[in-house]
Amino acid sequence: MTSTCQGAFIVELRRVSYRVDGGRELIRDITFGVRAGEVLVLLGRSGSGKTTTLKLINRLLIPTSGEVLVEGQSTLAWDAIRLRRRIGYVIQETGLFPHFTVARNITLVPSLEGWPLERRRARVEELLSLVGLEPQLAERYPHELSGGQRQRVGVARALAADPPILLLDEPFGALDPITRADLQREFKALHARLKKTAVLVTHDLREALFLASRIALFDSGRLVGLYSPGEFLCTSDPAAVQYRAAFEPAWDSAGSIRSGGKELKV
Amino acid sequence: MSLWTFFVTHRLETTELALEHLRLVGVSMLLAVAIGVPSGILLTRHPWLEKPVLGTANVMQTIPSLALFGLLLPAPWIGARADRLAILALTLYGLLPIIRNTYAGIRGVNAAVVEAAVGMGMTDRQVLLQVQLPLATSVIIAGVRVAAVISVGVATIAAAIGAGGLGEYIFRGLSMVNNQLILAGAVPAALLALLADVALGLVERRLRPAG
Repeated sequence: MTSTCQGAFIVELRRVSYRVDGGRELIRDITFGVRAGEVLVLLGRSGSGKTTTLKLINRLLIPTSGEVLVEGQSTLAWDAIRLRRRIGYVIQETGLFPHFTVARNITLVPSLEGWPLERRRARVEELLSLVGLEPQLAERYPHELSGGQRQRVGVARALAADPPILLLDEPFGALDPITRADLQREFKALHARLKKTAVLVTHDLREALFLASRIALFDSGRLVGLYSPGEFLCTSDPAAVQYRAAFEPAWDSAGSIRSGGKELKV
Repeated sequence: MSLWTFFVTHRLETTELALEHLRLVGVSMLLAVAIGVPSGILLTRHPWLEKPVLGTANVMQTIPSLALFGLLLPAPWIGARADRLAILALTLYGLLPIIRNTYAGIRGVNAAVVEAAVGMGMTDRQVLLQVQLPLATSVIIAGVRVAAVISVGVATIAAAIGAGGLGEYIFRGLSMVNNQLILAGAVPAALLALLADVALGLVERRLRPAG
């Protein structure tokens, strides 16, 4: 593996394992690379190690063994603060700062980076329109927004300093199915325009098939395989077959409504 | 002679004792906040300190105040003047609620919010000053309020070691078996406690972040 790959991957995991201090191994021997501009979806059940894997990329966690490379450099060699400011991070809606206005939430990283006020103000306006929000929402507080609006603010905040990489942890998980479908469509359109490299965690197969350029299927802390959405639907890997089966009833014509359930029972 | 006429005839003395009382409480609260809040923050950074520090503060709280005043008497410099002694004792009593609430307030900040802050590249100091402390303000000030109210009450006992304050009237009343004199100390002390609570409530409203 490969000097040829090294240049091509923006984010790369090499035989990475992570174990909680003296405890359980959460992920084991994970190897994959993320190409520039793609949306890699980490798909799996709760507890399969997707979120752990995501947090290794922005160094919220440090691998027990193996190596995580971002832009060709080990995360351990990066200054953690610099690394994180180059990576947009979106988590479920609770991640907005409740005591900051929408504008201050969005410009968090720009203000940490010392952008002048005028530039920040212009950026807020630009981003609000980019994620489809009214400019007058800028002075509101998160609790005054709907779930969908909050999540849009979360995406705007992650994009604020124009980072080349986005990490999204179940970004649309807490939304009702219709709002979720809206946001998925908007995210896809946004990605087509901005071409950021994105790693997105979800347990929702429909979301994965809709957004992914490739799907990384996780099961019990292991990476089962990497598939294009088309391959995922045809492969006979048992874990993938099992995952598809769990979504089978949602697959018929009424699927878009019935796939809203969050927990998977296999 | 009614309580009211007592206050009118003794207004200078009463005011002086009330101010003395307020000074004991005020200085010891400032010290308790100055020591307690940083200690609480330290506990959130080094959780293994939690048990020994909160345990020690807890034990302080259980020592009867009269005994604590007595125990501190032989201490050098501190023991030389009654008001120093009283301030030290009141500070020790104030520490527990302040440390505990600072620790609990910061720990109680939504973990997802803190994770987002760290994940977006805030330094530990920025997370503390911009996210954790503002969101913990109400809980921390609630601790200071408890400490202040306790302190106004305990400060009456400081009169027993000659530190002054409204306790003077109470102890004088006790030795003369004069209920009115006891009330002349107890009623203003109760009012001071209420006043301190209301004032800190206003401070909390000013400091509490919007949203």
